[in-house]
Amino acid sequence: MEVVSEAKEFPRRRLIYGALFLLLLIFPFKAGPYWTDVATFFGIYVLLGLSLNIIVGEVGLFNMGHAAFYALGAYTTGILNTVWGIPTVWLLPVSGILAGGFGYLLTRPIIHLRGDYLLIVTIGLNEILRITLINDPWGLTGGPNGVLGIKRMRLGSLVISRPIHFYFLVLIITTLVVMALLRLQRSRIGRAWNYIREDEVAAEAMGIDVRSMKLLAFVLGAGLAGIAGSIYATKMMIISPESFTFWESIVLFTIVVLGGMGSIPGVIVGSAVMMILPELLRDFMQYRMLFFGAAMVVMMVFRPQGLWPSKRWQLEMGRETEE
Amino acid sequence: MLELFLEQLVNGLTVGSVYSLVALGYTMVYGVMRLINFAHGELFMLGSYLGFTLLVSTSIGELGVGWGLIIIVLMVAGAMALLGILIERVAYAPLRKSGRLAPVVSALGVSIFLQNAAMLIWGSRYRAYPVWAALDRRWEIGGVHITLMQAIILGVSINLMLLLYCMIQRTTLGAAIRATAIDQETARLMGIDVNAIIRFIFIIGPALGAVAGVMVGLYYRQLHFTMGWTYSLKAFTAAIMGGIGNIPGAMVGGMFLGILEMLGAGYISAAWKDVFVFVILIALLILRPTGLLGERVAEKV
Repeated sequence: MEVVSEAKEFPRRRLIYGALFLLLLIFPFKAGPYWTDVATFFGIYVLLGLSLNIIVGEVGLFNMGHAAFYALGAYTTGILNTVWGIPTVWLLPVSGILAGGFGYLLTRPIIHLRGDYLLIVTIGLNEILRITLINDPWGLTGGPNGVLGIKRMRLGSLVISRPIHFYFLVLIITTLVVMALLRLQRSRIGRAWNYIREDEVAAEAMGIDVRSMKLLAFVLGAGLAGIAGSIYATKMMIISPESFTFWESIVLFTIVVLGGMGSIPGVIVGSAVMMILPELLRDFMQYRMLFFGAAMVVMMVFRPQGLWPSKRWQLEMGRETEE
Repeated sequence: MLELFLEQLVNGLTVGSVYSLVALGYTMVYGVMRLINFAHGELFMLGSYLGFTLLVSTSIGELGVGWGLIIIVLMVAGAMALLGILIERVAYAPLRKSGRLAPVVSALGVSIFLQNAAMLIWGSRYRAYPVWAALDRRWEIGGVHITLMQAIILGVSINLMLLLYCMIQRTTLGAAIRATAIDQETARLMGIDVNAIIRFIFIIGPALGAVAGVMVGLYYRQLHFTMGWTYSLKAFTAAIMGGIGNIPGAMVGGMFLGILEMLGAGYISAAWKDVFVFVILIALLILRPTGLLGERVAEKV
């Protein structure tokens, strides 16, 4: 029955998404540079949220140090560009691959840790990396000031420098990532991930290679975060350890849970809430973050499943929680 | 050489016993509710600020170190216990049946709320505890200096922990808490009022945290509204090191972490001490995935 309704719904849904995408294409021409910039940062957060969603949302691994991978991408781009002068266009994929590789190396020995042990270890990794960046080993990371003078990306004769360029860069990458992740969710791998999240022991018993699947999630998530970091580095031209703190990881973690675990539209809604809510609360001046904290509690209390929970989650978990 | 080691050992034990007190709040809530209560560090911070206000704007401090300190600590602990119950009721009770992560985000929300509340009340600059000369009395034992404040911190924390341990192990209430930690549903069937146990946990944890907060204020003298984060992270690390949900584990973990940190600061460098701590944590968890003493949490399979 569900399959039929989904098939019927399909053209209409495609129409809505098409219209939304068109709107996104027109947006920067109507909105002006300020809002285009805001939208670009929003896009970077969506990208980061999607990357963490693979780890936390799909597989249910508690990662509260995701900013570490974001930092790895940004610093890879920053250091390789300023020290060796490698063009940032090349560094975009390189940062992704390196961050993914580090993700593999860092999480391989700890992948067997359960729930909260993994959580503290990922926080630990985040802190280790942040302090290392501040302490400036071998004069590479520039200490608390960070890396300065990162070059912009050059595509042929086009230098990606204006807000609108970055907007489209982020839009294209995010759209491709969303499409890829939607397919991945429905694939064998995506189903295996969800299975592990719901019941690891049963998943193992069904012949899923739990360890490799978890590692794969970490590598993909870290790699994507690395790409986001690379974009951030070329956009800002300056990166410093301040941008990659534990607080940043908490914001990303909140985006995933607030949006709805394992839900791609949820990540977008979650990022919107985490970015736009503080802006909307600007009228409250110094009480802004006070209301923000309270709003987080209220949203969770009234929608513990997230603002836009995934369909599969609803279908599977709905029956169980109704009781 | 030996003197530096012993000096750092005393400093480490002092800081470590503070971590232990805060870690107990984490581990007890975790044991009963499987929740990482990120707001716990903020209660510690608020306790510290409240102690500061009581000391500065009332005359309790004039009663002298003995009674003055006892009255302040009791008042602060009481206030934080009330706040603890309130937080549980508002932010965690409605989420008891809804997954593992929703309450964590709710706790983070509470944490942000309390942090900013403290900033609005006491300002965003560093505040300093008044100098209490009597606390700076120093003794020299075998070449190692120890101040009265350090002795108080060690004495109070160790006694509180022993008291708590005996309470958990020897009394009926303690047995009820342990039963609730193992299996809430079965505990309920055995006639244990699980809600009352949870409320009790949210009295004990914040009260211990508040005591730690006042003592840290008197020891380091500096207060900042972000100090909750720092201590919370350390205390949580301590709880994990000892094996989360395990009460003696939190005590051992806190001491272990404090000593590690101070030895790291003394022998490696102050700038790298946190890296040292986290590297040891990761190494420890690779070798012993459930901490030093192992966890006492029944795992659902």
